[in-house]
Amino acid sequence: MTIKQLSVFLENKTGRLNEVTQILGNAGINMSAFSVADTSEFGILRMIVSDPGKALSILKEAEFSVRLTDVICLNSPNEPGSLAKTLTILSGEGVFIEYLYAYSMDNKSANIVLKPDNIEKCIEVLRKHKLDLVKASEMYKI
Amino acid sequence: MECASREEMSAVQTERLKETVNRIYHNVPSYRQKMQEAGLVPNDIQSLDDLSKLPFSIKTDLRDNYPFGMFTVPMSEIVRIHASSGTTGKPIVVGYTRKDLNTWAEIVTRSLCMAGVHREDIVQVAYGYGLFTGGLGLHYGCENLGASVIPISGGNTDKQIQLMQDFGTTVLACTPSYSLFIAEEMEAKGIKKENLKLRIGVFGAEPWTENMRKEIESKLGIKAIDIYGLSEIMGPGVSCECEHQAGMHINEDHFIPEIIDSVTLQPLPAGEIGELVFTTITKEGFPLIRYRTRDLTRLNYEKCACGRTLVRMEKCKGRSDDMLIIRGVNVFPSQIESVLLEMSETAPHYLLIVDREGNLDTLKVMVEVQEQFFSDEIKQLEALRKKITHKLQSILGISVDVKLVEPKTIERTAGKAKRVIDNRNL
Repeated sequence: MTIKQLSVFLENKTGRLNEVTQILGNAGINMSAFSVADTSEFGILRMIVSDPGKALSILKEAEFSVRLTDVICLNSPNEPGSLAKTLTILSGEGVFIEYLYAYSMDNKSANIVLKPDNIEKCIEVLRKHKLDLVKASEMYKI
Repeated sequence: MECASREEMSAVQTERLKETVNRIYHNVPSYRQKMQEAGLVPNDIQSLDDLSKLPFSIKTDLRDNYPFGMFTVPMSEIVRIHASSGTTGKPIVVGYTRKDLNTWAEIVTRSLCMAGVHREDIVQVAYGYGLFTGGLGLHYGCENLGASVIPISGGNTDKQIQLMQDFGTTVLACTPSYSLFIAEEMEAKGIKKENLKLRIGVFGAEPWTENMRKEIESKLGIKAIDIYGLSEIMGPGVSCECEHQAGMHINEDHFIPEIIDSVTLQPLPAGEIGELVFTTITKEGFPLIRYRTRDLTRLNYEKCACGRTLVRMEKCKGRSDDMLIIRGVNVFPSQIESVLLEMSETAPHYLLIVDREGNLDTLKVMVEVQEQFFSDEIKQLEALRKKITHKLQSILGISVDVKLVEPKTIERTAGKAKRVIDNRNL
């Protein structure tokens, strides 16, 4: 149920993000979701791609600092209050979220990418409450 | 001694050298071993010409014998300990007997007299007090001279300026860059040099140019005198300029200077530029034979216009190693490397950028975030940056701005990364 997310260290400099997307594009790797976390001096680009293993090795070759991180993805109805409901459950069960980002493909539902402090516990909680987890294979395909 | 003929000086030096070699040979096992390996016994040293037969001492010897292994007297005889930063991790430790402290005060007094300071002067000592030899070294020299000392130590510029005005300070002793910083703060406050009684500055502990001297002299309305020293040999006062500002007179009756080629290690004739080497000949607690200072300079044996015959050394022209002097503090790139090595198995590439903003040196350290350092979480990267900053500051003793950069950001020349960019044009 975990998904391999690709994380890349980027300095806050013009053109760096462009370079990463160029490399991935040239290798025929599709990005299905991404976010950039930034501080005043550097940022971390996090993304879900069609082939995480290949993306990792070509970015390494291009000498980026890069790693794969386990995250989970949750499918949630695209309607007011649904994220709040999910977060209430997670916080109620003591799951701490390091970061999350979300995207919506249509009007019906949205995918939420989550990095919890304890991934096994988070999955258990989501299953217990019958929340819809997205499989890795589905994620990479989008 | 200051105006002695060369023959008189040589006679004194020879006598004291023989005595020092004898004492070290019998009290410092590591140096005795070096002499034995060179096939030497103390009796082989009969004249100053024999000095070049003796093995060198280097900074590593001090580290290998950390902390007190090169002292030649029992600790009961040591009354003061100072330390300066070493090349990696451990500091360089020096010890002084009562007599050594008296000698030190004496040579600082002599240096101050050369500079034109006298007992009516009020001397503000704005060198750091503490393990660093600058503050206490100047302090006891001033007291010994009979001048009035203000032991204010470094920093707190507002107070420095206030006391200079209120107490009528006539002599300022600090690093040259700090004196310029004080001058700028005065300008900002609208305090004119005419409002002060300053007349002499005794500046050292870092390299400075003739242009800086001119700037300091015009901004503060003083005569700026260069004083030289290193803690391994004694501290400030090893040599000092006289009022003619034509080279620093070395207190040769205490320290014998030599200039060597830093590659062949052979002595160079007088007047040639090379690495300065000192042999202490009056120190009891921690004498050193042929200590390589790594400072590049040349010697001038001509009699000075002031009448002194003490040999003069020029302002240092650079270093024969990679040591940087930042705000009067010795910094080796290898220190940064060892801190980074503590945090991961392979040291990342790093680059030191030294700048002078206003008149204060700044040190920026760029560290490449390679895989072993990279975390997916911002807070961990921030924590890493803080940890590196904190460790560097505690080891170097100066503030450091650490910046995390991408791999391969730091330029490589012939496969080897460049370690230092010094933008100060010293």
